[in-house]
Amino acid sequence: MPDQAQLLPGTLDLLILRAVSLGPLHGYGILLRIAQISGQALLVEQGALYPGLFRLVRQGLLKTRWGTSENNRRAKFYELTATGRKRLREETDNWNRLAAAIGAALAAQAEEI
Amino acid sequence: MKLLAWFRSVSSKFFHPAESAEELDEELSEHIALRADDLERSGLTRSEAERQARIEFGSAVKFREQSHEARGGNLLETLLLDLRFSLRVLRKSPGFVVAAVVTLALAVGANAVVFGIVNALLLRPLPVPNAQGLWAVEHFDSYPNYVDLRDRSRSFAGLAAWKMVFTAMDTGHDAEGVTGYAASGNYFDVLGLQPTVGRFFHSSDERGPNSAPDVVLTWAYWHSRFHEDPAVVGRTVRLGKEPFTIIGVAPKGFGGTLLFGSPQFFMPIVNQEQVDGQDLLHARANVQGIFEMLGRLKPGVTPAQGAADLNGIAASLEKTYPKEVPHRDYSLAHPGLYVFGGPARAFLAGLMLLAALILLAACANLGSLFAARAADRSREVALRLALGSSRKRIARQLLTEAALVSLAGGAVGLATSVVLLRRLSVWQPFPSAPIQIPVTPDASLYIVALVLALVSALLFGLVPVRQVIRANPWEVVKAGPSGRTGRRVSLRDVLLTLQISICAVLVTSSLVAVRGLVRTLHGHFGFEPRNAMIVDANLASSGYTGDRALAMERRMIEAMQAIPGVQAAGLATSYPPLIYAAAAQTHVFRTDARDFRTENAAAAPYRYDISPGYIRAAETALLAGRDLTWHDDAAAPRVALVNQQLARKLFGTEAGAVGRSLKLQDGTSVEIAGVVEDGKYFSMTEDQEAAMFLPYLQSPPRATDLVVRSSRDPQQLVLAIRSRLRQLDAGLPADVDTWNHYLGVALFPARVATVALGIMGLMGAMLSITGIFGMAAWSVSRRLKELGIRIALGAQRREVLQAALGGAIRLLALGSAAGLVLGVLASRVLASIVYGATPRDPLVLAGVVVAMALLGLAATWIPAQRALSLDPLVLLHED
Repeated sequence: MPDQAQLLPGTLDLLILRAVSLGPLHGYGILLRIAQISGQALLVEQGALYPGLFRLVRQGLLKTRWGTSENNRRAKFYELTATGRKRLREETDNWNRLAAAIGAALAAQAEEI
Repeated sequence: MKLLAWFRSVSSKFFHPAESAEELDEELSEHIALRADDLERSGLTRSEAERQARIEFGSAVKFREQSHEARGGNLLETLLLDLRFSLRVLRKSPGFVVAAVVTLALAVGANAVVFGIVNALLLRPLPVPNAQGLWAVEHFDSYPNYVDLRDRSRSFAGLAAWKMVFTAMDTGHDAEGVTGYAASGNYFDVLGLQPTVGRFFHSSDERGPNSAPDVVLTWAYWHSRFHEDPAVVGRTVRLGKEPFTIIGVAPKGFGGTLLFGSPQFFMPIVNQEQVDGQDLLHARANVQGIFEMLGRLKPGVTPAQGAADLNGIAASLEKTYPKEVPHRDYSLAHPGLYVFGGPARAFLAGLMLLAALILLAACANLGSLFAARAADRSREVALRLALGSSRKRIARQLLTEAALVSLAGGAVGLATSVVLLRRLSVWQPFPSAPIQIPVTPDASLYIVALVLALVSALLFGLVPVRQVIRANPWEVVKAGPSGRTGRRVSLRDVLLTLQISICAVLVTSSLVAVRGLVRTLHGHFGFEPRNAMIVDANLASSGYTGDRALAMERRMIEAMQAIPGVQAAGLATSYPPLIYAAAAQTHVFRTDARDFRTENAAAAPYRYDISPGYIRAAETALLAGRDLTWHDDAAAPRVALVNQQLARKLFGTEAGAVGRSLKLQDGTSVEIAGVVEDGKYFSMTEDQEAAMFLPYLQSPPRATDLVVRSSRDPQQLVLAIRSRLRQLDAGLPADVDTWNHYLGVALFPARVATVALGIMGLMGAMLSITGIFGMAAWSVSRRLKELGIRIALGAQRREVLQAALGGAIRLLALGSAAGLVLGVLASRVLASIVYGATPRDPLVLAGVVVAMALLGLAATWIPAQRALSLDPLVLLHED
């Protein structure tokens, strides 16, 4: 297994929103999708996903419906709501700004000051 | 918008909690199944794949709980989950639930009943405006004294007075016996009341004796007899033989200024002679005349200042009228209980103490129940902790259990107490007297019961929670159920010993009280109440006065004697001994006395004015001299019978008293004609008092009671007495009842005390049974394995029992001994209420020991059977 980065607090929500924005997924699917899109670098503890999912549903960012999984099991699918899509855009912008700022800070050399 | 969503989510969870919980479970298990599918594809067997999936998933319990909280509505939902879980857990241990609920119900019920009574009699003010400003003089007094106190006092904005009158009200169709207040003109104004209809009488209506023949009805009597007819105002009714006019109706809910009984009407006190048959308005020496004075203090005047003001006036009255006015100290109290205030407060305080003891015992019981339960569940709790449940969650759930138990116990207790109080409030202990205890359960009662239940159960529900917070799951799981119990046992021991000793106190006091009452009932009163009837002929209210009354009374006695089977009949004016706790004391002087001031009196005997035949009818033994005869009339020299006590006091001898003389306060010399045996006169608990019997023909006529002795069947006798009285005068309203029945009033405090203590004792016994049973059962179950090994090694039954129950029995003995000593000390207090109650009674002591031993036997029976019937093989197989 490759080295896995520790998730920063608060980033799980963003990852879930992003994973779901690519198409409706059930819980296990979200885990696989996160692993896939992060190049196996980010692995979410399986059980810990669900409290996060329910929190997002409660905030009205995700909606759910029951459906059938690819191997014919009954599963609950999550998809983005309009609010969720908006939130994902905001959070992505926030993250990019933050990442750029931290990147810039870390890359700064003594002579640049 | 968000709020709305949240609200929708909460409400859906509230209405479909089971669905969403199942959904969650399904979703999580589907997740694991999907993962297992993947793992299976990678080459694992199905079962291995599922195991691996579960391990990867992590603690399902923890995530399920976190998910619940994340899904929102968490407070409500976790509460519901906790509730459901607690109910499921509690259903599995019905023994614990029943014991805890019964314990709590007993404690809450007892305390709620006592609080209800205290609230009704002491805490709740009279139903008048600004009742807090009303103060009462809880003393009899005479009307002229009252008038002086009213007119000369500077502390009161108004001072009113009233006395009870008993008469018949004739509305033109039928006469009915009624009770009323003869009240001073300012009575309603001092109370600050307004009439429902019509008007009240006022001070301005008082224009001398018999100047205001007015009647104000209580609302209840207006409702029951006049059907709330407003046209009743202005109608003329007869009180006795005299016409009175109904002028108004008092407000609803107002029933006079005594809390334990309501009159039917009010009338101006200036007209009392028409109803009483004797004039009180000018009798300064009749300090029994006025029932109660009550008034409003002026703003800024303290009750102590008010009382000092009254006492100053009383001192000057005492100086001005040395013969008529005895020395007295006035004190002020809140009105409502009248002279019974002191004893009632003392009794209620005692009751509250006992109820508090019950509560304490119950709390100790709950504490040991919960502690035992915690010990039993330590493994379960440790497992849940180990599986990832949080301590907070477990503690919350244990508290939910405790709250459920406490609410159930509180509800049962409260329901029982409400039923009891309702019955108490409609209970009329004496059909012939308007006495009632007006307890109506109100909000404060419910609050008290709820708080008691919650506090006591939560306090002791916390015992296991504390243990949970401290517990180290690994140690508990490793050590098994019998490990680490050393300290808890000692806490339980202390609680149980405390509880048993409290219960023993209750059992001791109730036995003392019961024994005292039994003694009282078989005691000797100086007369024989069995086979004797009391006829209250009430001549005054039927219009007989003076010589006509005397003549009528003699005809009545002769008519009674003529009834077949009647052995003797005689009358006593006012009441014969021990009736309604009514007795008048008078002052007597030695023959050489010149100064007839009260403080020079040689004795203060109870005075009875009797007819010839009374002594035989009452079966009071005549020890020396002669009985009174019809020749002892107004024309003959004054004579008297005295009891042994008075003879000893005056002359130092009983037999030698006959023929000697004493003087009454008015200076009349009276010769002792005979000496009769000592008896009880005013109350069952009095010390031996002096008494004197004067011929009624030589005294002014007063209300009359006939004593009729016959061994005939009482019911037939009552009919015969009534028909004879009707033949004499159809207008005589005659109350006939057995003397024993009237004694009920004198015995009432003792009876109530005995019943109350008996119930408390019973509760104590029940509590100690549950406590000992719980302890014994637990100690057997905790040591099952050890006992099994002992049996397997050949231990005898006695040894097994000793090992299993020795601890419980030792605690029982210790607690009982402590309780017995405390109970004996506490019972001294009882002696003041229950006649003949003494704790130094071998029967009581033996009774307590036997009772506690029986309780112990009953409570340990089942655990002992369980210990004896152990099969060591089965037991050792189990572990």
